[in-house]
Amino acid sequence: MSAPFLLDACLAALTLAVAAYAVFAREAFTAVVAFISYGLLLALVWVRLSAVDVALTEAAIGSGVTGALLIGAAARLGDGDAAARSGPGILSKTLYALLCMLATGGIAAAVLSLPPVAPTLAPLALQELRATGLGNPVTGVLLAYRAIDTLLEAVVLVLALIGVWSFARDAAWGGKPESPGAPDPDAALVFLGRLLPPLGIIIGVHLVWAGATQPGGAFQGGTILAAIWILVMVAGLVDAPPINRPWLRVALVGGPALFLAIGIAGFALAGAFLAYPEGYAKPLIIIIEAALTLSIALALGLLALGAPTRNPQQ
Amino acid sequence: MNAITLAGLGGAALVGLGLYGLVTHPHLLRKIIAFNVMGGGVFLLFGAIARRGAVAGTGADPVPHALVITGIVVAFSATALAVALLLRVFRDTQSPFFPADPPRDPSDRSGAI
Repeated sequence: MSAPFLLDACLAALTLAVAAYAVFAREAFTAVVAFISYGLLLALVWVRLSAVDVALTEAAIGSGVTGALLIGAAARLGDGDAAARSGPGILSKTLYALLCMLATGGIAAAVLSLPPVAPTLAPLALQELRATGLGNPVTGVLLAYRAIDTLLEAVVLVLALIGVWSFARDAAWGGKPESPGAPDPDAALVFLGRLLPPLGIIIGVHLVWAGATQPGGAFQGGTILAAIWILVMVAGLVDAPPINRPWLRVALVGGPALFLAIGIAGFALAGAFLAYPEGYAKPLIIIIEAALTLSIALALGLLALGAPTRNPQQ
Repeated sequence: MNAITLAGLGGAALVGLGLYGLVTHPHLLRKIIAFNVMGGGVFLLFGAIARRGAVAGTGADPVPHALVITGIVVAFSATALAVALLLRVFRDTQSPFFPADPPRDPSDRSGAI
């Protein structure tokens, strides 16, 4: 047994243990903290699987922004009256546990019986990559070969946000989401809120730019920008924006709309929906990524803030 | 057994673990967390399969990676929507659990199994 395998085995055991803690922990808040740790450990597993792009996304969105959202929810909800609701009885729990083990066993059997020669699209993706002028095959798949998925994903973010906003009370419609922080003016958080934004903006923009050739891209960069925005709001330096601002809505829809417009222009210029004209693939992809980054950063931040709760006049 | 199979088996275990939490926890936020644990397991299965598809010059097949990145963002969108729904349930019922079923009328046989 080699040293890297031992490392992987320890990492897997730790990830499973933390995931179990997130599921079984007594209090909701503890479970959220365990879930965030689980996301970060999972990101390390992704690095070990040679998937740095996915690791960045998992750490930033799967663990970071989801964690911020869940912490906010856990703080508002509390644990409820646990005595009143103890869940299913011991007999049902045993039955559920057996069924879940059966599900795990079935998937494990499928994993163990995968064909010895794995089917792969990697050679095809690499072969066509030169035509797009990009260096990162994952960005190539996201924005050239399977651009329709990425377009729909950007639309899903906007739709989810409309869904979240629709839970607002009528009086609060168009108003501001609840402010995430009301801090102590001397707190270290305020210092960080002033110190980190310039660094965060540079790192976020760099990740988007580097995404064309190296791991990174609009989603990873956009998440960092969203994280900085949330930090500045938690530190109380800026307030959450009212959701009826025209600039906000234009910026939110701008990324997907531009992507769609360039996709439709593909009919006339390159003969197919979402096709790029010869030689213009890379500049067009970078323009799309830049607009998408702004939309994604805003959508992620606003999704984490939740539905508006304050009247527009306040 | 190698590291790729290990990741696949880990993914399978995470799916079972998350599914159990989703079914048994009465607290709705705990259900959302368990559902996300399960999602992480599904993505990890994709990761193991992508790693198996590595060819010379690549660490892994980029196509499943792109799908997983899309999946993580969509999972976050769904989580945000679920949390908003939950906070609305909490606002209306003051409880992070689903309202209890009304006691069944013994003379009503329509819903009986």
